[in-house]
Amino acid sequence: MPRITYIEHNGTEHPIDVPVGRSVMQGAVDNNVPGIDADCGGECACATCHVYIDAVWLGTIGLPVPGSQEASMLSFAAVTQPDSRLSCQIKVTDALDGLVLRMPEGQH
Amino acid sequence: MNQDSRHIVIAGAGHAGGSAAAMLRQLGWRGAITLIGEEPIPPYQRPPLSKGWLTGEATAADLALRPAKFYSDSTIELRLATRVTGIDREAKTVALSDGGTVAYDTLILALGARARRLPLPGVDLNGVLELRSVADSDRLKATLRPGARLAVIGGGYIGLEAAASGRGLGAEVTIIERESRVLARVACPILSDFFQAFHRGKGVAIEVNADVSALEGAGGRITGVRLGDGRVMPCDAALVGVGAVANDELAREAGLTCQNGISVDLAARTADPAIFAIGDCTSRPLPLYERMGRLESVPNALEQAKQAAATICGKPAPTPEVPWFWSDQYDLRLQIAGIPFDTSEIVVRGDLDAAKFALFHLTADGTVQAVEAVNAAPEFMGGRRIIARRKRLTRVQIEDMSISVQQLAA
Repeated sequence: MPRITYIEHNGTEHPIDVPVGRSVMQGAVDNNVPGIDADCGGECACATCHVYIDAVWLGTIGLPVPGSQEASMLSFAAVTQPDSRLSCQIKVTDALDGLVLRMPEGQH
Repeated sequence: MNQDSRHIVIAGAGHAGGSAAAMLRQLGWRGAITLIGEEPIPPYQRPPLSKGWLTGEATAADLALRPAKFYSDSTIELRLATRVTGIDREAKTVALSDGGTVAYDTLILALGARARRLPLPGVDLNGVLELRSVADSDRLKATLRPGARLAVIGGGYIGLEAAASGRGLGAEVTIIERESRVLARVACPILSDFFQAFHRGKGVAIEVNADVSALEGAGGRITGVRLGDGRVMPCDAALVGVGAVANDELAREAGLTCQNGISVDLAARTADPAIFAIGDCTSRPLPLYERMGRLESVPNALEQAKQAAATICGKPAPTPEVPWFWSDQYDLRLQIAGIPFDTSEIVVRGDLDAAKFALFHLTADGTVQAVEAVNAAPEFMGGRRIIARRKRLTRVQIEDMSISVQQLAA
């Protein structure tokens, strides 16, 4: 199972094995990782599963398509960066084994 | 008494109750947690019940709030298929439907709401359905197939979402609405007209100003909906979606203040320091609008779950949020920020005909109270920020698409 490391804003690391096919958001929620709220349950309606993708992974995962729902939602999320994504929009594949992502200070 | 020996009992295992249990553990609560739910399955998300679950796109794993093993891993005791039937505030115990009692140090009431029932002949016929639980959704799903006729009584969000899902499955759908427009209680006329036209364009029949006088049946099963004017709309099933009622009776019986829901403060506290209440069953302060209100929404359930969990763990309750809601129908995404209290003007930004627009609701002094956005995520997200800051905008600014939402919200 691909291992994803979720790092809270305070530096606490949560290495989690997430089944292929789940979203990166679901991997966090399933394991009650603090810092990813996912209020809407993965509908890309709330922007509360915001994460920063580690630079070495940005090439694999990519950025949201400009003008997409995700890009629009992110443009108003709290404290966005150029490497911001909504984790509900990233499906876990074997290629993401080892992924590292960081969480913003808050989701609201 | 230290935390380890204190017992938190959560009455109600819906979105609010399930989230409160998880958040308490996130915040490091070490004491015992018992989560008591009437339904036979662990907490799950209700929004997909009228959408992805009905159409078969969502799986049971998608629906679950957390995987079943989360509760055992987190030492949260789940007592399913069990209802809380009474609260003894003196003894600090709750009585259960299985005859047992459970003692609490802190009690969180997350009792939810139930579908309002129609006081009409025929409501007990087979095929007369409501939509609150996964069991309800499964019953509705079983009736939706190509050519099946579904009558939807009540043109609110649940009715419209079920109508859209039903059309997607090939069913013939008729919406029967008592008021002069769908969404009459929850949206402005412009939005009602838009959704009405959109649904009609998808082949949904809509009867407005239509009172239902009876549900008619044969052999114990519904065959049609009789209207006040004597017409009968034949159907194979009828979904009743005419609002919800707060489950606040247990709190009333226990002497807690209730006014259309259990009265709580911004830390989700009731008048009893040992009892909190969260979610659809509460009447809560709406600080932006300086009044109390009952919100039936997932974001509200989560916000109040956070308030209760933080307060119980001795942390400050989070800053109050702008209330928000969403509804998906066909390829339309409606997102609503705020509540249009005391407004006198509605300004349209965007293009109604292209199904990409937002309605800004302003008070007389131009304060933005609410934004209803259809396929317009920037306006929704910017709207939340504008409302939180109590910003004033003019019609000219809002209508001008050369001014970005970022600029409007700045």
